[in-house]
Amino acid sequence: MFEQIKIACRHLIEVPDDVAPARYASLRRIMTVLMVVVSVMPLLVLTGINHVQYQHTLQGELEVPLRGMVGKTRTSLSLFLTERASTVSLIAQAYSFDDLSDPKTLTRIFRALKSEFQGFVDLGLVDETGRQVGYVGPYNLRGAEYGDQPWLHHAQVKGAFISDVFLGLRGTPHIVIAVSHMEENGRTWVVRATIDTAQLDRLVAAMGLSPDADAFLVNTQGIMQTSSRLYGGVLHKLPLPVPPVSYDTSVTLLHDAQGQELVAAYAYIQNTDFIVMALKPHSALFQPWTTLQSDLLLLLACSVALIVFVSHVLMKQLVNRLQASDERRVAAFAQMEHNQKLSSIGRLAAGVAHEVNNPLAIINEKAGLALDFLHMTGDFPKKDRLTALLQGIESSVDRARNITHRLLGFARRMEANRQELHLEEVLTETLGFLEREAQNRGVTISTSVAENLPALISDRGQLQQVFLNIIGNALAAVDNGGTVQVRCAAGQAGFVHVEIEDNGKGMPPEVLRHIFEPFFTTKQEKGNGLGMFITYGIIKRLGGEIHVASEDGKGTTIRILLPLVPPEGQENPALPNSASVQEKP
Amino acid sequence: MASAILLADDEKDFVDTLGERLELRGYAVRVVYDGISALAAAQEALPDIAIVDWLMPGKSGDAVLHELHARQPHLPVILLTGHGARDDHGCTPCAEAFACLTKPVALDTLLEQIQLALGGVQV
Repeated sequence: MFEQIKIACRHLIEVPDDVAPARYASLRRIMTVLMVVVSVMPLLVLTGINHVQYQHTLQGELEVPLRGMVGKTRTSLSLFLTERASTVSLIAQAYSFDDLSDPKTLTRIFRALKSEFQGFVDLGLVDETGRQVGYVGPYNLRGAEYGDQPWLHHAQVKGAFISDVFLGLRGTPHIVIAVSHMEENGRTWVVRATIDTAQLDRLVAAMGLSPDADAFLVNTQGIMQTSSRLYGGVLHKLPLPVPPVSYDTSVTLLHDAQGQELVAAYAYIQNTDFIVMALKPHSALFQPWTTLQSDLLLLLACSVALIVFVSHVLMKQLVNRLQASDERRVAAFAQMEHNQKLSSIGRLAAGVAHEVNNPLAIINEKAGLALDFLHMTGDFPKKDRLTALLQGIESSVDRARNITHRLLGFARRMEANRQELHLEEVLTETLGFLEREAQNRGVTISTSVAENLPALISDRGQLQQVFLNIIGNALAAVDNGGTVQVRCAAGQAGFVHVEIEDNGKGMPPEVLRHIFEPFFTTKQEKGNGLGMFITYGIIKRLGGEIHVASEDGKGTTIRILLPLVPPEGQENPALPNSASVQEKP
Repeated sequence: MASAILLADDEKDFVDTLGERLELRGYAVRVVYDGISALAAAQEALPDIAIVDWLMPGKSGDAVLHELHARQPHLPVILLTGHGARDDHGCTPCAEAFACLTKPVALDTLLEQIQLALGGVQV
């Protein structure tokens, strides 16, 4: 990772040797990924922390009402049962067996009980054998045998007992509160009161839960002690596991048979077998949290998408700009190299020409002298042949001289011959030389000169040579019936613009690259490869620029910029790119 | 009487041959191989025309030209150069010279210039 970052940074600052698009594509990828990672990472961490924090807080917040209601109900229930157990216990303490055996007394006590406390259904006295010897209540249970009932046994062992809800002998659900009392003589008996389960229902219903919630009383065996809306009536088996023992209000997660997650708040009621439970589906309880969560997620997704998009666009812009500037830089280097090369070649060529000229002059004179002698001598065998040979030498020297003179012309300094001239005139004169050829081949040469074209100071002869070279090349490049267009216009400040465009055969890039080099020709026998070389030299000396654009098969455009007033000195330092070649797009 | 030509060039082979060719065409040619000898020769016998190489050891073509003109202001001088109408110091030699020709020179061209020079100056 760090290596990649280092490489990416190095990529940014170094001047590249090549400007391959793949390099920039990979650079863009690396930088985009880097930027996205750097921006998204903190966002993700922050969102994660927020998520956990919110969840924690909200969960607590959302559980609070449920927890509170269960706690309250537990207290009410506990109070309700304790009160009634105490009352029964008081009766057992305050009265003797004989008092309670008297139906009148029992009835009086029962009446008082009913008037003071709600929920009592009946009151009975059970002797140690388990037979109910006294009874007041709606059922005729005097003489009923409870010997085999578990509540009796529990009461006799523990002293007081509050039973689960059960049907018992009467066949309706009820709770038994039994208190046993031992007299001094060792006789034990039990006061037994039953409580209507409707009282429990009332207390549970007082929670006032929302419609999707449920609350009920269940015993430790999972038998429903009050009716519930969702899990059946009294004495049904609760289809959920019984939560672990806790006398404080606790919250736990349960799963019902359908796999639905339920939040259960519950509390065990002390000294009884009862558990108060309130259930609410998890999804319903945490609805606000789910909403908040999806809002958070949406926000996160939008932010990430925005970051990715912006990074992508930004990096694309940046890298494109970088690529463009690198390309310009590389092109400028290539241009400088090209100009340097041409100038070196020019100097070398001129030097060689100079050195060759002297021996050439000697050859010329010797051959001439030999010819002179031949002319003075009378006939001898093969005189004509010898004359022809010497003339051959002279004409070859002529050819060589042409070349060396043109090469020297490339580097020739010229200060004389500068005059004010109008390009239009120079062009007309030049085209005069080429008109015949153009007419013969049906080539149209059209000239358009801007009206406001200023006069410029330059060398008429040199300019003629330039135009002759370029338009001559254009003529050679077009097919019969082709067109050559010459356009002149005022260019940027202080310059005149000449454009020569043909629709001829154009040049492939490899030819274009060498166009200004001496002895580079595509005309085989007809050309010496010096035309464009000389042209380049002249334009450079006149302080101008020349640019060639060409595409193989599509034609060539040569653009010349000429200063209105040529600079002093040989070269114009203000124009480092005095020549360029480019493939036409 | 034949016109006298002073011919100065350090390329011995070249100048000898050229001198011989000019002699064949009826001129009285004096051949020398450097600038100092050229001036000495001009002192001995006034030439009608001087043909001087631009670059010579001892004294260069334009120095010779100046000194010749100092003595013989109307002497036509034809300069020969190996490298076009320019030099490495930036002066243009053709101004004072009657003509400036680049080597190798076609003899016909040279003869033409000699004719012109002699025709224009009465000796």
